[in-house]
Amino acid sequence: MISIKNLHKSYKMGDSSLHVLKGIDIEVGEGELVAIMGSSGSGKSTLLNILGMLDLLDEGEYRLDNVMIKNLNETTAANYRNKFLGFVFQSFNLINYKTALENVSLPLYYQGLGRKIRQEKALEYLEKVGLKEWASHLPSELSGGQKQRVAIARALASQPKVLLADEPTGALDSKTSMEVMALIQQINNEGKTILVVTHELDIAQMCKRVVTLKDGVIVKDEKVKQVIVPTHV
Amino acid sequence: MFSRDRWQEIFQTIRKNRLRTVLSGFTVALGIFIFIVLFGFGNGLKNSFKQFFLDDATNTLWISPGKTSKPYRGFKANRRIEFDNSDLKDIQDNFKFFLEDITPRINRSAKVKYKGESNNYSFRGVAPGHQSIEKTVIMQGRYINQDDILNKTKNIVIGRLVAKDLFKEEDPIGKYLEMGPSAFKVIGIFQDQSGDREERIIYMPYTTRQLIEKNNDKISSIIVSFRPEMGYKTSLLFEKQLRQFFKNKKAIDPRDNNGIYIRNVADQIRQNQQFASVLQLIVAFVGIGTLIAGIIGISNIMVFVVKERTKELGIRKALGATPKSVIGMVLQESIFITALSGIFGMILGIALLSNMGDRLERFFIIDPYIENSTAFVATFLLIVFGAIAGYIPAKRAASIKPIVALRDE
Repeated sequence: MISIKNLHKSYKMGDSSLHVLKGIDIEVGEGELVAIMGSSGSGKSTLLNILGMLDLLDEGEYRLDNVMIKNLNETTAANYRNKFLGFVFQSFNLINYKTALENVSLPLYYQGLGRKIRQEKALEYLEKVGLKEWASHLPSELSGGQKQRVAIARALASQPKVLLADEPTGALDSKTSMEVMALIQQINNEGKTILVVTHELDIAQMCKRVVTLKDGVIVKDEKVKQVIVPTHV
Repeated sequence: MFSRDRWQEIFQTIRKNRLRTVLSGFTVALGIFIFIVLFGFGNGLKNSFKQFFLDDATNTLWISPGKTSKPYRGFKANRRIEFDNSDLKDIQDNFKFFLEDITPRINRSAKVKYKGESNNYSFRGVAPGHQSIEKTVIMQGRYINQDDILNKTKNIVIGRLVAKDLFKEEDPIGKYLEMGPSAFKVIGIFQDQSGDREERIIYMPYTTRQLIEKNNDKISSIIVSFRPEMGYKTSLLFEKQLRQFFKNKKAIDPRDNNGIYIRNVADQIRQNQQFASVLQLIVAFVGIGTLIAGIIGISNIMVFVVKERTKELGIRKALGATPKSVIGMVLQESIFITALSGIFGMILGIALLSNMGDRLERFFIIDPYIENSTAFVATFLLIVFGAIAGYIPAKRAASIKPIVALRDE
């Protein structure tokens, strides 16, 4: 599903440049649940951004579902993001003046679907994350865990190949973290490929594979015994 | 552009971001409103300006003699030119085509007595034509007529203030005023809008005046009015021919500018109108300044709006919004708000102007108005520039990487 070879990325900081990713090689198959671990500054977020086509790579090769991701212009990148990827952010990034339902149907709007289908689908995914009754609520009326579940529903609504989650539990307490991780495991079990960036070991251990980054290189890449989160805590 | 979904998105953002909408709408409406009001006031100033100069008839030429400054045909320089009755007749005979009316004027002043009261007043010996040229309004009795001229009657027409000064409450008509050894019968009282000085004048037949002065035939100046349908250009021709005629008749060097003076009121009006146009230009300048200030205002607000929405636009981009759709959305919203509030401000401004009338006459603003086309163009300009002003930050926002927009504060 994801194939990365010899990926390099550096950022210009005035005169000097900061070499963040120093040759990353990684293969992720379909249906995997991969945790990308590392302390801050290890380059894990940069890697996720490149995977998410939110940032460009300097050197190397990136294939997503056998499509070469290279030299994309903004419009193609936007279309690929819409078609291939779903994002879950630490700070949820819901649009605060839109209801849960409208937030979830937004990627469908950009897919060019009709209003009726959008609403049906969005409602379907809200039901999946257990928030059907909250469809008409604004993000400000939801708890942190609920917001993140809406964000997950939104990321799933466009039926992406890969779900990218950047510290999905970073802003949540441990109980709601468990709920969110249970949801992610459930989605993964249904066959979705998911990458989770985290710096928390217990979160990483809820995945099936853990890739550890340090100073821009992969220092460890191992399959782990997945800690299954009970669905109802 | 016209998709229902896009409009729904826009109406939702407008509804959910009232402050922003009201702020930008208010700026645009205020800008266009001030522009229209200022421009209208400019036109109002021009109107009152016109009124000031409509006091005397505009189709008149004032011919007065001067002193030559060049020797010519055996005459020395510095010769005083004089008009007499033959000049009147010559104009009547030679310029029939142009002429509407003609009157001589003999200016004198004299002490006048009635019972105990006495005072010095200006006298004007005139012909009946003088009434229409000076736009003299008879309040009581009549003006000098042709009989008076032929019979050299001792009839006079006195100004409103002369009557007030000398007769107090008494009715002056038919009463006699003493001037030197003779008595003159008051046959009419007039008023004149030009002011107090004009209303302290006494009119008499010019022939009577000449009779008093040892029966000479001298006149001080000649006023002719041309047919109004002639227009400005023809009046200049008339003026030129008159000048040539008099220079020839009075033996004045054609290059001498001092022998005879002709004042063309139409020409003066034209100059005044030019002055009024300059006035309008200044007002237009101020108006355009206001418009530019409005454009800058809406630009600032657009920058602020886009800045405020950076995160939202980043989210949209992460969800698959293309740069084009982001720009389109921001632009369409801004054009919608500017157009709506621009038209609102325009209607408000026009409504204010049309209800003003002469309420601001104290400030020399009468019937302010604005041409509809000017108002439309100004509104249109503001909308276009508002769109351009919105486009630049929208484009920048659309090109920001979503990762930058989404970075946690």
